[in-house]
Amino acid sequence: MNEIRAALKTIKSKYFPLIKSLQTILLLITGLAGFMSARCPVLNLSTLLELTGSLFIAISGSTVLNMWYDRDIDAIMPRTCNRPLSTGVIKPKDALIFGIILSILGISWALTVDLLYGLVVFAGLFFDVVVYTIWLKRKTAWSILWGGIAGGMPVLAGRILGTGQFDWIGIALALGVLFWIPTHILTFSIRYHDDYQLAKIPTFPSTYSFQTTRIIIALSSVFTALAMGAAAYGVGLTWGFLRLMAVLSIGLFILAVRSLTKPSERITFGLFKYASLYMLASMLLMFFAGI
Amino acid sequence: MKKISILDRLFLLVTVLLAAYQISFGLNNINILATWSYTAGFGVLLVAGLLLIILGFEGLESQIVVIVSTLIPLSISLGLIAEHLPKYSIPYLVFTIIGFAVIAITRYTSEDKTATIILAVTHGIAGSLITFLPIVLSIQGKVSPGYFLVGLGGALIGVGGLLLAFLKTGKPILSRQTILSVLPGLLLVMTALYLAGFSLR
Repeated sequence: MNEIRAALKTIKSKYFPLIKSLQTILLLITGLAGFMSARCPVLNLSTLLELTGSLFIAISGSTVLNMWYDRDIDAIMPRTCNRPLSTGVIKPKDALIFGIILSILGISWALTVDLLYGLVVFAGLFFDVVVYTIWLKRKTAWSILWGGIAGGMPVLAGRILGTGQFDWIGIALALGVLFWIPTHILTFSIRYHDDYQLAKIPTFPSTYSFQTTRIIIALSSVFTALAMGAAAYGVGLTWGFLRLMAVLSIGLFILAVRSLTKPSERITFGLFKYASLYMLASMLLMFFAGI
Repeated sequence: MKKISILDRLFLLVTVLLAAYQISFGLNNINILATWSYTAGFGVLLVAGLLLIILGFEGLESQIVVIVSTLIPLSISLGLIAEHLPKYSIPYLVFTIIGFAVIAITRYTSEDKTATIILAVTHGIAGSLITFLPIVLSIQGKVSPGYFLVGLGGALIGVGGLLLAFLKTGKPILSRQTILSVLPGLLLVMTALYLAGFSLR
């Protein structure tokens, strides 16, 4: 019993920071929202729990593998140099094994829940780890597009598990997340421009310009709002929820325009935070609409 | 500039949630113009609250704040007119559009004095309507007595809007520090009063 406690304590203190809990939870929420948007009875608790468990483990596995592969550049960048692999708290081999176990466990579980759902979860992990992180991240600034596609997979997977099929609403939800991801990554690439330069990672600010990057962030925000609005309408949110979405979208649009007309780091970072809140709020509305 | 505190953020968060609740659930069985007018008023409150949480009080530095904050009393008063005095809806709608446009134009083109007078007159009319119409309707028995809370909340909305507007015009009624200290609490209380009054109607 003591050994189990000690192992759990080690996992919590050493391995938990590897899964980027906030990002993982937000992606998990998108998956749950996709599922609930299908208006499944919430009392279908076993499926909901299986979705939560399998998706959380698969996303965590993907994140650990990302961190394992990027340990060399994380060690160079001041923003990430305190991560467990950079500081040597965890050995790379241990992290790799941990990541592979989580990934296999998550995908296997997802495949047993539903084949199509499991395949989409697998696609998300594949796009994130192989295409985005290993193949393209160090080669082109456009890698974020694939990061975005990977980020859209949890919500699509959730929707597919709820409806049993691909539909346009699932695609719109995934597009909403896809357009939101650049807002997230590009804001970081502006704020931590020197870090990325130090690590020789191509970003939009270094490849194009800060202003171009801001324009893309603003456009991404607007497209996020349009995709989420379309999805919300398709899901059949009440008029009250649609009005709320409209208000939140107008706020996002105003901030996006502001970031272009009076560019500053504060406004750009504000837009990033607002877009994250917007995504969370939209997903919660989809979730509660299904109850 | 005063730093935004955790308590300020908490007040603003509750304000945002109350405004979101009102937009989502509190606007049933009223006509379209009233629905969208209230949505605009509470929507501005919601987005302003979120931006204050994210950007801090520095977010109030923008000239746009004066213009946008005017939308709160204008649109809520328009909602009240559309709901309770529908025959005056169109004239009042015209007044709000012209009032809003003139405030926006004079903010960028006129002297401070002219802009301030126009702002005060427009705010004054909208604020008076929000304050007195619910009270009069309550006294007449056309709505439940609790509806007077809308007037109370409306009065505070007017006060909050005026404080903000005059702060931006460079002629603050109270000191900047005092206004920023009371603003989050004021926004919360007025939103809560408005919601309470509306639900008691």
